[in-house]
Amino acid sequence: MTGNVCVFAEQWRGQISEATYETLALGREVADKLGAPLTAILTGCNSRNLVRSLGVADSVVYVDHPLLAEILPQTCAAALVQLFLNTRPLALLVPLTNISLGIGTLVGARLGVPVINFCKDIQVAGGRLEARCVMYGGKIEATVGATGDPAVLGIWPGARPAEKGHIERAVPVTDAAVVLEDAEAIRLSKYIEPEAGDVDLTKQDVLVAVGRGIQDRGNLGLAEELAKALGGAVCGSRPVIDQGWLPLSRQIGKSGLTVRPKLYVALGISGAPEHVEGMKGADLIVAVNSDPHAPIFNVAHYGIVGDVLDTLPVLTSMVEARRAHVT
Amino acid sequence: MSACPVTLETLPRYPEGTEILTCLQCGVCAGTCPYGEVMDYPPRRMIAMMRAGMLEKVFTSDSLLACVACYACMAKCPRGIRLTEILLPLMKEQTLAHLPELPGELQKALQNTLRYGNPMGEPSRKRAAWVKSAGVPIRIFAEDRKPADVLWFVECYTSYYPRGQDNSRATARLFHALEIDFAILGNEEKCAGECGRLTWEPGLFETLMDYNMAVFQKYQFNRVVTSCPHAHNAFKNRYPVLGFNWGLEHVTPFLAKYLARLKPLLTRKLPYTVTYHDSCCLGRQNEFYQAPRQLLAAIPGVKSIEMVHNRVNAICCGGGGGGMWLDTYFKAKGYERLSERRVREAVATGADVLAVSCPYEVSRFEDALKVLGYDKRMMVRDVTELLAEAMEE
Amino acid sequence: MHILVLLKMVPDVVEDLEIASGGTALDLDCQRMILSESDDHALEQALLLKERHGAKLTVLAVDAAEVDDALFTAAAKGADRVMKIVGSDAGLTTRQAARVLSQTIAEEPGLMPVDLILTGVQAIDDLDGLIAPLVADELHMPYLGIITGIALDVSSDTARAIKEYPSGVRGEFQIQLPAVLGIQAAEKPPRYVPVAKIRAAMKTVKIECAQVLTLADGGWPAVNVLEMKQNEPAGHAEMLEGAPAQVSARLCEILAGRGLF
Repeated sequence: MTGNVCVFAEQWRGQISEATYETLALGREVADKLGAPLTAILTGCNSRNLVRSLGVADSVVYVDHPLLAEILPQTCAAALVQLFLNTRPLALLVPLTNISLGIGTLVGARLGVPVINFCKDIQVAGGRLEARCVMYGGKIEATVGATGDPAVLGIWPGARPAEKGHIERAVPVTDAAVVLEDAEAIRLSKYIEPEAGDVDLTKQDVLVAVGRGIQDRGNLGLAEELAKALGGAVCGSRPVIDQGWLPLSRQIGKSGLTVRPKLYVALGISGAPEHVEGMKGADLIVAVNSDPHAPIFNVAHYGIVGDVLDTLPVLTSMVEARRAHVT
Repeated sequence: MSACPVTLETLPRYPEGTEILTCLQCGVCAGTCPYGEVMDYPPRRMIAMMRAGMLEKVFTSDSLLACVACYACMAKCPRGIRLTEILLPLMKEQTLAHLPELPGELQKALQNTLRYGNPMGEPSRKRAAWVKSAGVPIRIFAEDRKPADVLWFVECYTSYYPRGQDNSRATARLFHALEIDFAILGNEEKCAGECGRLTWEPGLFETLMDYNMAVFQKYQFNRVVTSCPHAHNAFKNRYPVLGFNWGLEHVTPFLAKYLARLKPLLTRKLPYTVTYHDSCCLGRQNEFYQAPRQLLAAIPGVKSIEMVHNRVNAICCGGGGGGMWLDTYFKAKGYERLSERRVREAVATGADVLAVSCPYEVSRFEDALKVLGYDKRMMVRDVTELLAEAMEE
Repeated sequence: MHILVLLKMVPDVVEDLEIASGGTALDLDCQRMILSESDDHALEQALLLKERHGAKLTVLAVDAAEVDDALFTAAAKGADRVMKIVGSDAGLTTRQAARVLSQTIAEEPGLMPVDLILTGVQAIDDLDGLIAPLVADELHMPYLGIITGIALDVSSDTARAIKEYPSGVRGEFQIQLPAVLGIQAAEKPPRYVPVAKIRAAMKTVKIECAQVLTLADGGWPAVNVLEMKQNEPAGHAEMLEGAPAQVSARLCEILAGRGLF
């Protein structure tokens, strides 16, 4: 693996994640620019069948161990560090997701190499890696020179289209053995599935999403009316769910659902990466926000700068009128 | 330092405290209170509980969330007990301490006011952004430290809120036309804190008062003129304890004093029938009933008509005492929104324009007109907006 | 039971951010700082646990602009001790801060033993790593992040923690204490504390100061920021201008054009 570009492939509940494919796509580009091989590293227990999905890489290193059945950051980091003891890759790309968060930090700390988080892009300049990092809630972009051996980079979801990183193809697989101790300090007892909501948001054509800009639970009714008028359902970003205004089953984003509706109306949603992750694939995104600099306008197709509470009722009545006219 | 030494413990030692205990239990306060029928503990009952040593019950009920600090009870109390000024803020402070959770919107407004100097949570650096679009020169003290006759304390809604900015631009035009020598604090200005004082948060108020007094002392001016009746109240009733001793006016009575100079400038005819809403702070509390009416009478073409409840009997818009951020709470409880009650009365006069002089009222009444479907029949305008409209370029 | 909360201040993005003249860092001179949002949740979660179990709560931060406000607020909310580490250079990276915090936690008299360390899952400026796993490694404690609920079993020295996964799935974990948890959200939104209480805390509470122990730089190169700038996104929405009635009409046309009616 010396001199390789490596991507940590995250598997969860028997599947390779979308974020992994996105990171692989980026890794492929970087490896090609450097003229270096791309290696995907997959950890798990009895998960070897998944290696075929990592075909965009030149090779796969598969690490099987009972303690790697679930991804726990400290255990995964310990395994990766062992892999790199004698063969240091050029770079290790780790997706920044709920599943893998912390792995990159720990690998960097234990190897004594720098870590660069928040990467949405990696460029190659003069044979060296330059990470483009989006920080401060999306407002600032930093270009960071990756030094370190390996350079450890945490990759934001959405860095590249997942399709570009997903090729089903047999590639050479190396089975690597690691020695892991179980301090029995952390045990997964069980998964808690989200309550079956009355609505499967992933099947809706139209979603009306509310964020902090809706200001109060009482204003949800306005969003529900718009959703009804458009023939869709209401969902929300994390702050709205945290406050208890909508159930967990309605959360869109990093810890919630990923949706691809025909129309996604984002009301009072700032557009933090954690939310955008869940809806950037929508066909048509319309955003209403009182802040003209809200990052949501970078991902939306159409934007309205205004007070959500002023715009909503007017829009709803126009949609209703339009609908009545059409039918 | 505590700007308000009167607390519920120390109350009996003060004349205000003993005066509270002279309550007749007549119930006029509860009868006059716009939300009297939904309060578990209107002022009368609060005082009864105080006498019975059972105040704890008052604090652990959410009754005080319904008080919009409209001064109606205080204006009608036959004993002249200073309910809204003394008793109710103290009660609210205790209720805040006992409430398991503050309604989210109100909590946010208070936190924003502390952090950013305005309840909207807008950056302080943008407070004077509206100045660029004013159309007339506006001096900012920090940029030009020359003394001025008037320090125009613009306030939050009139700085950040689009309809409030309309008011500010109108005011600036009027000041300019009247050749007033004025300057503003610009981004250094922070909320005067009245909303904090009457809204559960004396600590917030004291912090803002300390801050504002320090800023005032940097500059030289003769008097403070403010667009916000709440700020006017704070400066008049509380700030003197920290040394506020400048002349003080709200924009409306201030402009009325210049009527002789202003009237010849009002050359454009405005064919409106106007009904004037007396705001609680300017009206009931300070009895500035004449000034706005004189100004309206000076506008050519304007016909005035009074609502059934006017002057001391005016019905509050519901924005005081934290009500500005409790609309959703009231709705959830099934209370009628006071702004809707008032707007119905306004519409019943047949007027085209509902004239106001408090920044809260513009947004509240425009909202109510929309909700009730009257927004084509009637518009809301601040008195300064009407005056500026009547003044041709 | 002793719970330790680690807090950090970050630039308040409500204000526009300015880049310093060198072009590689933020201009922090006039920049308002605010408590990192998930740290606020960590504090709230700790307060809830304190209320449930009568635990002792210590709040620790590295000295920085406006950190005193956050510490006094924590005290007003119910923290038993508030402490800051003084004497380090300004502008520590997350990795350096983790080293500084861990050394103090381990060696400052009267801090250990600690049963649970809570801090936010991630801050908006954690460019070179995350506090929680770094501190866990330094203190040889187990770590889990993205936590949204904690139940303590004091008698068996364990915690049951809820961790968030994608698609609304959550995982319930048994964790041996002492441990470090990265909090995503507290079980309740961070509570309101009256300003009067904060002002009272400013008069009566002492922020203890711990002197920074030698900052061993770990031998790795610092974060090599080549450039920092305002984020110009690749794409941008087509903005619809005008009053609600106008933009709504235009939007309806667009939706009709897409066959959404």
